[in-house]
Amino acid sequence: MNEPRTLIDKLWSWHEILRRDDGAALLLVDRHYVHEGSFHAFSQMKERRRTVAEPALTFGVADHYVPTRGRNKGIANPEIAAMVSKLEANAAESHITLFGLRDPRQGIVHVVGPEQGLTLPGLLIVCGDSHTSTHGAFGAHAFGIGASEVAHVLMTQTLWQKKPKRMRISVEGVSAAGVGAKDIALAIIAEVGADGAQGHAIEFAGDAIRGLSMEGRMTLCNMSIEAGGRCGMVAPDETTFAYLKGRPYAPKGEAFDRAIEAWSALASDPAATFDREVTLNASTIAPIVTWGTTPDDALPIDGYAPDPARETNPVRAKYLHDALDYMAIAPGKKLTEIAIDRVFIGSCTNSRIEDLRAAAAVLAGRVSKVPGLVSPGSSTVKRQAEEEGLDRIFREAGLEWADSGCSMCVGINGDVVQSGERCASTTNRNFRGRQGPGARTHLMSPAMVAAAAVTGHLADVRPMLSGRKV
Amino acid sequence: MEKFVQLTARVCPLLLANLNTDQILPARYLKWPRSKGLGAVLFQDLRIDNEGNECKDFPLNQPLWQGARILLAGRNFGGGSSREAAVYALYDHGFRCVIAPSFGDIFAQNAVKNGLLTATVSEADVTTIAATISENPQLPVTVDLERKVVVCGNRTYNFDIDPVSRNQLLNGWDDVDLTESYKDRIAQFSADHQARRPWVIPAKS
Repeated sequence: MNEPRTLIDKLWSWHEILRRDDGAALLLVDRHYVHEGSFHAFSQMKERRRTVAEPALTFGVADHYVPTRGRNKGIANPEIAAMVSKLEANAAESHITLFGLRDPRQGIVHVVGPEQGLTLPGLLIVCGDSHTSTHGAFGAHAFGIGASEVAHVLMTQTLWQKKPKRMRISVEGVSAAGVGAKDIALAIIAEVGADGAQGHAIEFAGDAIRGLSMEGRMTLCNMSIEAGGRCGMVAPDETTFAYLKGRPYAPKGEAFDRAIEAWSALASDPAATFDREVTLNASTIAPIVTWGTTPDDALPIDGYAPDPARETNPVRAKYLHDALDYMAIAPGKKLTEIAIDRVFIGSCTNSRIEDLRAAAAVLAGRVSKVPGLVSPGSSTVKRQAEEEGLDRIFREAGLEWADSGCSMCVGINGDVVQSGERCASTTNRNFRGRQGPGARTHLMSPAMVAAAAVTGHLADVRPMLSGRKV
Repeated sequence: MEKFVQLTARVCPLLLANLNTDQILPARYLKWPRSKGLGAVLFQDLRIDNEGNECKDFPLNQPLWQGARILLAGRNFGGGSSREAAVYALYDHGFRCVIAPSFGDIFAQNAVKNGLLTATVSEADVTTIAATISENPQLPVTVDLERKVVVCGNRTYNFDIDPVSRNQLLNGWDDVDLTESYKDRIAQFSADHQARRPWVIPAKS
C-alpha cells in the first residue's frame, strides 16, 4: 500500500528529475511565462552565450509596462517603450510566442495563461512574478521566481528547488451574498499573517473553495504570496475541466478526455496528512478591507481602525502608529468613515470577467463620487465585457474604461495614484508606495470597490445589493 | 557566483518588520539595467521624503552606519514581489549579509544566487544584537557560514539557513554548470514525462 499523498506531493513527483543529498531537487518545467521584467534574465543568458532550451514551452506576455490609454499612439516615455520593445526583440530572437502589445490575446500574464488554455492541471509553471501562484487554481504547481532562476529555466527548462512543507487551508460552509473570493483571501491572510505560510505550499480545500468558480479560485491562489506562501493550489475538478474545455492551447477531443483521467488522480488522498492545517468558516466572513500597509492589516468593513494606545506590545504599537500615520487614518476611526479619492478595478487578482460583472452589478444605474480606472485583465476579457455592455455601466458611472495591463497595481506603466491620494483598489498589495510614491491603498473586492466609488468612502456593499443580480 | 564563507564587518540596524521588496527597491527603478548600479536607490522612498530631502533618522542616511556590510532587520524581510533587483540594490550598496528573524521565500532564493547571505536568528537575538550595536556602533561583527554563527561582542548567536543555500554559498556553485552536468538525465526524464503525459505539450503551436 502506497503512502497517502497530497496534491503537492503528486505534482512534485511528476516533475522531480533527481534529488541531491542536501535536499535540493532538480524539477522539470512545463510552462515558462516571461514578461518585460524578464530582461535581466535574457541578458544573463546572452552573457553566457546560451539559447532558450524549450522555446515551444516558453510564452511571452507584455503586461507590466504597457499603456492602458491611447495604446495606438505608441508609448510616449522612451524608457517604458524600450521595456516593451526589448521583450519583443528577445521573444523574436528566441522564437518564443509573444502575446505582445497589439496582439488581440494580450493581457496580464496570470489572466492570459489560463484564458488561452496554456495553464493546465498537473503542470509545473514558473514566471518571474510572485503572483504566478495564481495558476495553482488549476491544480498546477505554479510559483514566482527571480531573474537568476528565470535565466536558469530559459537555458535548461529546469529549476533547483527544495520541497516546501505542506499546509492545508480549509474553508467550510457557505459565504453570504456580497462576500467573494477576495474576502476569503483577505480573511485567510488576516488569520495566518503576511508571513504565515512562509516555506509552505498551500492547498485550499473545503466546501466554500469547491463552490468557487475558476475566477474565484484564481483570486484566492493569487493572494497566497500575500500570506507568505510561494504557491497555492486547488485540486482540479469538474469546474476546472469545464473551464478548460475548448480553450485554444488545451488538449482537444480524446486527448482532453485522457488528460481529465490523469488530472482526476491529482487530488490529495483522503488519508494524506499536512504539516499544518488551518480551518475557517465561510459563513462568518464579512466583506473585508485593509486599513494599513501590509495585506494582513485587514478587517471586516463594520470594524474600526486599530488604536496603538490599546496595544500592549510596544513593537506592535509602534508599527500600528507608523502604518496609521502613513495612511492618514486616526486611531480607532470607523472604517466606513474613511473617504477615498479614487478607485481602481484591475490587476492579476481581480480583473477577470466575473470581477467586472460583480463591480458592474453594484454600479449599474449609479454614479461614482470619485474618479477611477477600470482595466480588464486581458484584451479578451475587455471584448467580452463590451459584448455584455459592462463598459457602458462603468462609463455611465463616470469611470474610465481602459486597455489591459498591470496598470495601477504597480504603477510602472505610468498609471499611478498621486502622493497623498487614497485609492480603493481590487489589487493585491497595500504596501507603502506600491501604487505610486506616497499613495495610500485599501485592498478589497471588486464589489466593495464599486460600493466605495458610489458612496465616496469605504462602504459595506451588502445593503447595496438588494434587488440586484450578483 | 561569489562565495560566502565568513565576513567581519559593521552592522547597520534597520529594525522594521515587513520590509518588502517594494520598500527595498521601488518599482520605478526596475527598468534600470544592472550595469547602472542600484545601490544609490536602495530603500529610496524610506531614505528620501516627498520634498526630496534625506530623512535624517533613517539609519542608512546617518554617517554612523556608512560602510556597514551587514544589515540587521525585522521579521519577514524581503516579502512580496519576486524582483531580484531588490537583492542587486542591497549588494550594489555593499551589503553581503542580512540578519533577520524571517525572510520572504523568493527573496531568500534570489539572495543566494547573488552571494548575499540571509541569516535567520530569533526575534530575541535580533533585539540583543541591536542593543549591543547601539552601545558600540563601530563594533565589527563576524558572520561565519561554516559554523552558522554570528559573533557580536562577547556573545555568539546561532543562525539558521537552508542547507542547500549554505552549500551553494560556501562553494560558490554555479547552478547552470551544475544542471548541465545532468544533461542526459534531464533529456531522458523529459522524454518520458511527455510520453506518459502527452497533454503537457501545448495543443496549438
